[in-house]
Amino acid sequence: MIEIENLSKTFTLHNQGGAVIRVMEGADLSVRPGECVALTGASGSGKSTLMRMIYGNYLAADGAIRVGEVDVARAAPREILALRRDTLGYVSQFLRVVPRVPTLDVVAEPLRRLGMSEGDARARAERLLTRLNIPEALWALSPTTFSGGEQQRVNIARGFAHPYPALLLDEPTAALDANNRAVVLDLIHEAKARGAAIIGIFHDTEARDRVCDRIVDVTAFSPGCAA
Amino acid sequence: MTPLLSVKDLTKSYGAHVGCRDVALDLFPGEVLGIVGESGSGKTTVLNCMAGQLVPDQGRVVFDTRTDGRGDVLRMSEPERRMLGRTDWAFVHQNARDGLRMGVSAGGNVGERLMAVGARNYGRIRDTAEDWLTRVEINAARIDDRPTTFSGGMQQRLQIARNLVTGPRLVFMDEPTGGLDVSVQARLLDLLRGLVRDMGLSAIIVTHDLAVVRLLADRLLVMKSGEVVEHGLTDQVLDDPQHGYTQLLVSSVLQV
Repeated sequence: MIEIENLSKTFTLHNQGGAVIRVMEGADLSVRPGECVALTGASGSGKSTLMRMIYGNYLAADGAIRVGEVDVARAAPREILALRRDTLGYVSQFLRVVPRVPTLDVVAEPLRRLGMSEGDARARAERLLTRLNIPEALWALSPTTFSGGEQQRVNIARGFAHPYPALLLDEPTAALDANNRAVVLDLIHEAKARGAAIIGIFHDTEARDRVCDRIVDVTAFSPGCAA
Repeated sequence: MTPLLSVKDLTKSYGAHVGCRDVALDLFPGEVLGIVGESGSGKTTVLNCMAGQLVPDQGRVVFDTRTDGRGDVLRMSEPERRMLGRTDWAFVHQNARDGLRMGVSAGGNVGERLMAVGARNYGRIRDTAEDWLTRVEINAARIDDRPTTFSGGMQQRLQIARNLVTGPRLVFMDEPTGGLDVSVQARLLDLLRGLVRDMGLSAIIVTHDLAVVRLLADRLLVMKSGEVVEHGLTDQVLDDPQHGYTQLLVSSVLQV
């Protein structure tokens, strides 16, 4: 489902003397439907960079990133938008929303964009928020004022609202208590069971061991380390 | 899929000064395109040339009209272009006063657009106007009040209602949230996003506010000295800018 081949990434800092920073070289990775792969490596080794490249948020310097039928490294913006809407979900560490939009609508939005009716989308959003223990009293409020853990759970609910065939999870359990962490791990297990290909970053090693089938150390993709 | 709007080689000079040069872009149905750049970078010139408000020196602006299919806007007759401005197109000005008739009631401002495309039944026009005032969160009881009695944010929402009532397919927006305080901006952004999604609108938004485009635009065009220096997916351009000017622009934003 996700096939990465010989991927490299450089940053060129035009306003700092044109410094070119090579951050990744020769990255290869393949994730099958129903499989969950954990990215590991020290801080700054490029885990998030790789995730952002798969999502089309960072431009690849060279190589291929195939998600389903689309090569994100070469696709037009319009194709990437369609991929994100239908196929590729991303739970980032931070929630970015239009201020004032109620939590319920924030979670329902990915479904509305797929053309689901307001009622059905909200019903699914309600089920997810309930499962993730966000009190009903908060649903009508904007999540911008919520605690870190609450924001993360809203972000997770939003990311799992649509059954994406491919999912990217950046520290999905970082700010959660044991109870909510278990809910998130269940959601990941269910996504795998329906055939989703998942790539995750988990600093929480216990959570990682419970849901991931394989571990890939991205240090191997650092420039100079490529075989 | 054919683009709704396809612009090629758009060039406009003001004497020796370049307004914009060789600007090209495609806009697809349902897409929101942001154009950013500092003051004087040519973004408003491009917008006005596309919307038929300014005559460019050269270029093509091909629009897929509802009635006659694809045609070059710049080669249409003035009445044809004016009709387009009332039906398929809408233009939201930065200053609501430029897009509203200040001496006419709120309901009249909305109804006027309907009458321009042939609506004649007074009761029905008033009902539609009332419905639209509600949709842009203006109390329907204010329907007979003049926009001079409205706050800046309300005037801007009224301008949006006046523009969208005829169900356009393409909306040009020039700094739609400029000059509004931040809480009003947020409300307007939320409103615009909902309308774009529910009506399947396409939009081109010119702004210098990167936070606005991050929330509203699917794709981004960065302009400097009249030329497009970078374009791409909005979050990609903002998070991994490739051009030195964009890098400067992004790193100059004050963090809140």
